[in-house]
Amino acid sequence: MNMAFDVKRIREDFPNLAAQGRDAKPIVYFDNAATTFKPCQVIALTHSHYCHRTANIHRGVHYLSEVATAEYESTREKVRRFLNARSLSEIIFTKGATESINLVAASYGRKFLKSGDEVIISQMEHHSNIVPWQMLREETGCVLRVVPISDAGELMLDEYRKLLGPRTKLVAMVHVSNSLGTVNPVKDIIKEAHSAGAVVLIDAAQGVTHEPVDVQLWDADFVVFSGHKMFGPTGVGVLYGKERLLESMPPYQGGGDMILSVDFDKTIYNRLPHKFEAGTPNVAGVIGLGAAIDYMNSLSWAEVIDYKKDLLQHGTKLLSTIPDLRMIGSATEKAPIFSFTLRDIHAHDIGTLLDREGFAIRTGHHCTQPVMKRFGIPATSRASLAFYNTREELEAFAVALKKVVEVFK
Amino acid sequence: MTDTSGTAGHGRDIDELYQQVIIEHNRHPRNFGALEPHTHRAEGYNPLCGDHLFVSLNIDEQGTIQAVSFEGDGCAISKASASLMTMALKGKKIEEARMLFDEFRRLILKEMDAAREPNHLGKLTVFSGVWKYPSRVKCAILAWHTMKGALDNAKTVSTE
Ligand SMILES: Cc1ncc(COP(=O)(O)O)c(C=O)c1O
Repeated sequence: MNMAFDVKRIREDFPNLAAQGRDAKPIVYFDNAATTFKPCQVIALTHSHYCHRTANIHRGVHYLSEVATAEYESTREKVRRFLNARSLSEIIFTKGATESINLVAASYGRKFLKSGDEVIISQMEHHSNIVPWQMLREETGCVLRVVPISDAGELMLDEYRKLLGPRTKLVAMVHVSNSLGTVNPVKDIIKEAHSAGAVVLIDAAQGVTHEPVDVQLWDADFVVFSGHKMFGPTGVGVLYGKERLLESMPPYQGGGDMILSVDFDKTIYNRLPHKFEAGTPNVAGVIGLGAAIDYMNSLSWAEVIDYKKDLLQHGTKLLSTIPDLRMIGSATEKAPIFSFTLRDIHAHDIGTLLDREGFAIRTGHHCTQPVMKRFGIPATSRASLAFYNTREELEAFAVALKKVVEVFK
Repeated sequence: MTDTSGTAGHGRDIDELYQQVIIEHNRHPRNFGALEPHTHRAEGYNPLCGDHLFVSLNIDEQGTIQAVSFEGDGCAISKASASLMTMALKGKKIEEARMLFDEFRRLILKEMDAAREPNHLGKLTVFSGVWKYPSRVKCAILAWHTMKGALDNAKTVSTE
């Protein structure tokens, strides 16, 4: 185990880790794919914004508005660096990954996709990367193509290559699967799509906490993620888009801030990135997201990656000792997400019994019903770990699972 | 040494929810399968967790439930609840079935204290701990809503 990563120290930054569950039992939080806990730094900055610097942004001449605007815009610079984007114009704040995908589908999709054009997604997409494309299909008559996944839960790249063709206009693919843990070869996926002349959207909602995202290295056209899954506040997310593409796209919503001038005859839209940020944004949320990025930057990626790899290996080994536990998703490249079925015990019974022991896991289809269908199961139980989880928690988890089996014996 | 940290030391609450009766009915559900002939039938669906079942009743001209069955799939709570419901309803009048529905609903929402208030629940009080798990109340009541739907001639019932 990597000793350089001081998990005990790190855990002190997350007050929610001390939360108590039913009957005042300490909680082991294994639901990080749903949302992560927030470090004190994020909580403190959001709090102090509301205590001392509340103001609307971009439209005040007064001091507080200037301060809030500067903080808001400095977060855009933090995000730019976090993603290694070329320009601030490429960073759009949204309310989350879902809204970012909808923005691209509604704005880029409606303008550039015609009947018969093809959008390629995969069988492991989150519903948020399926439904907006289906809505676009209804409107434009474009065709949705789906890359299948293997028994291990890996993308079948040969099938992907076969689907790519002159009709492919857009590829929308998940970076790290929230229900399988699979890490997809994003760079190759993008390269192949570009050879076919398609643009690529990457859903990095789970990916941003797994490994550094470098949009230039990837050559990604669009990247989306949510703040709340990367230790930031809820209600804030990001759309990265190549400037050239964003320039060519019509606004997604109309309102204040996205315009330069309004007249009943003619309205002139604002420049990027403001063109896509209509209305008062989640100012405190964006500022909190900045603190989350600062927090992640204060850690060493190499250490975090090593530590999480150890959690993955240790957890995989422990769970393999539980009779009749079937792991759903065993990709070679995988995040510490354990999705499984246990004998014929219904996932909700597992979830309730584990909850009683203090474990917060998620049960159900995890907004990935096609994945459940692919594996012929109605639901899984899912433990998803963050860097503040520990080997000891995993060991206690394995013991608790054995108790679940006992109850149903 | 004996290990008491297993099922015995599990804590009373969980034993209240996953009582042996419930585990047993989950494993060997009673009146499970199609019912022919039947006079009433409805489909119940809990979109939140995918629990899905059918309840069929055969009611004679005097309004007595001669037979009742359920089919489908769900968690232990929903299956055991359906199984115990079929046992409780057999031989009852329609009005009695409706009254039991109401008592059961009040029980699992903690609107009734079965130990103090007179009621007709009998064995069904094994579900008295469900209210502590709000996310599971729908599992316990699905079969009952479906049964009521069948009496009201509804085709499908959803707990959403
Ligand atoms: C892979 C993936 N994509 C997209 C989303 C949607 O994120 P949000 O609900 O924050 O918009 C999620 C959330 O579960 C996810 O796991």
